[in-house]
Amino acid sequence: MATLRIDKLNKSYGEAAILRDIDLSIGEGEFVVLVGPSGCGKSTLLRMIAGLDGVTSGDIYIGERRVNNLEPAQRKIAMVFQSYALYPHMNVKKNMTFGLKFAGLAQPEMDRRVAEAARMLQLGPLLERRPRDLSGGQRQRVAIGRAIVREPDVFLFDEPLSNLDAALRVSTRVEIAKLHRLLGATMVYVTHDQIEAMTLADRIVVMNHGRIAQTGKPLDLYYHPANLFVAGFIGSPAMNFFSAKVDKKGPASVTLSGPGLPAFDLAAASFAAPVGASVTIGVRPEHLGAEAPTGFRIAGAVELVERLGETSYAHVRAAEDVALTAESRGRDAPKAGDRIILSAHDRDLHLFDEGGQRIAIE
Amino acid sequence: MRRRISVFGVHTVLIAYTLLAILPILLVVMNSFKTRNAIFGSPLSPPNAETFSLVGYVSVLGKSNALVYLENSLIVTLGSMILVLLLGAMAAWALTEYRFRGSTLLILFMSVGIMVPIRLGSVAIVAMMLRLGLNDTLTALVLVYVAQGLPMSIFILSEFIQQIPKDLRDAARCDGVPETRIFFEVIAPLLRPAIATVAVFTMVPVWNDLWFPLILTSSDNTHTITLGVQHFVGQYTTDWNSVLSALSLAILPVVVIYVVFSRQLISGLTAGAVK
Repeated sequence: MATLRIDKLNKSYGEAAILRDIDLSIGEGEFVVLVGPSGCGKSTLLRMIAGLDGVTSGDIYIGERRVNNLEPAQRKIAMVFQSYALYPHMNVKKNMTFGLKFAGLAQPEMDRRVAEAARMLQLGPLLERRPRDLSGGQRQRVAIGRAIVREPDVFLFDEPLSNLDAALRVSTRVEIAKLHRLLGATMVYVTHDQIEAMTLADRIVVMNHGRIAQTGKPLDLYYHPANLFVAGFIGSPAMNFFSAKVDKKGPASVTLSGPGLPAFDLAAASFAAPVGASVTIGVRPEHLGAEAPTGFRIAGAVELVERLGETSYAHVRAAEDVALTAESRGRDAPKAGDRIILSAHDRDLHLFDEGGQRIAIE
Repeated sequence: MRRRISVFGVHTVLIAYTLLAILPILLVVMNSFKTRNAIFGSPLSPPNAETFSLVGYVSVLGKSNALVYLENSLIVTLGSMILVLLLGAMAAWALTEYRFRGSTLLILFMSVGIMVPIRLGSVAIVAMMLRLGLNDTLTALVLVYVAQGLPMSIFILSEFIQQIPKDLRDAARCDGVPETRIFFEVIAPLLRPAIATVAVFTMVPVWNDLWFPLILTSSDNTHTITLGVQHFVGQYTTDWNSVLSALSLAILPVVVIYVVFSRQLISGLTAGAVK
């Protein structure tokens, strides 16, 4: 178990910058999830922590050790790959012990660790099997077992659930969460799936274009996204965005309006954007309701309804180029062709300035 | 229906080719068991009680150096094959896995080796072997065959190595496996089909080669079987019994080695097709 600290980390291949000035500090036993769209550099960051990719500039510390120039094996990390990366010609037991041989462990100690990992992951009956005789979920458990027996300071997961089917993904996710509680180890987990990120993480690091867009607890990111990117990325279905202008600023409120969006008052003692400024208003589909308090309201025609059972998503067109999604619960969902009025509480509105940064409202 | 016709057509062509390839060999083996008169009298008929004779084998195994030739052929073939496989696999791994100064140049150099037939350098090779004091040794033959087989084997093995998932070697690195052990214990076992393919491609031309034994070996105890057979072909008379028997014997080892590798070979040739 150890802390992990990343200082001004950069990575570029020739002219192309993959990671820019990454600063990140991970506490002992913390479960941090790196999340972002493909190509955002999250996997590269993980591979650099592992020592599989070189550092262009900046430093990586595991515990107190600067590990920039250490081989992966010397960093006391263990990595679990998306493709499992099990040695196909070795049985499960050999897969787990193969690396330990080179660490100079005695046979009884190796046996103890394998038995321990097998017990934790219910691999006991599989120890003599080859990877090709295992199902996807079993393979991934073996890959996790291979990481556990190394007793590393830091666990690294590179999209470990992406190759599993939906049901298995849920159960393996739960298993990883339990494992983290059991081992109390520091874990860094890369995924593009925000549900994995929300459910597993102590802290989420959202990445975009090689930079950290925001770091925070899952619910902080959900309720207080720092910028448009995070607002749109976290939450499913994605947040609705409306462009608007600041019409008027009063002592206790601001008036906003936009295309398809009638003017409304937002309670705010101070509002960072000046009158006339363009802003973006974000509202999550689950926060748009039919009951109408004062404040944000938008009317439109329902174009399509997706019914998932208890939950329904209505795709609504408010104006020529203003579309939104609204969630409703229960048996009575709006029908295509209905005209509806949707409203939202002030506290559920997210405002962003022209640069896409969150506008603080007090 | 069209499909069935095309399958039928393909099989017809393949069967015709197989017959074409096998018939001469069958003829050689058949006639090696016949008396000299029967060979000339009815070359196409199989041996019967009247014409059956082992005289060729008796003279080849008893009176000549054929066993020495066979042994030499085996040593040269197996020696070159092992070296080509070992060096080829290691070089292919290094050239695909590591980027180092001159690696592109090396790859280019190897592809030149595929394109230029080694026989063009025969004179230079003879001169070089003489200067090295290696003329009339099996070592000279092995060296030449390794040079001949290496470029193609590197080329084929590189293709296979590129198909091995990169995660595997990354996992091994995280596991603390040293680079040489990654190659020998993780990569090489996965290359088995490819190695079998290369083994067969290397072995057959070496075994059948007449040219280099002819120009590089002079004494009787360094001759290979293909060269040794020529002893039975005289300027005025040819001992056909012995020639055919020696040739039949020469076919055997190569068939055995081929059978050993063929199971792997088939999976090797289809491995790329499925993925």
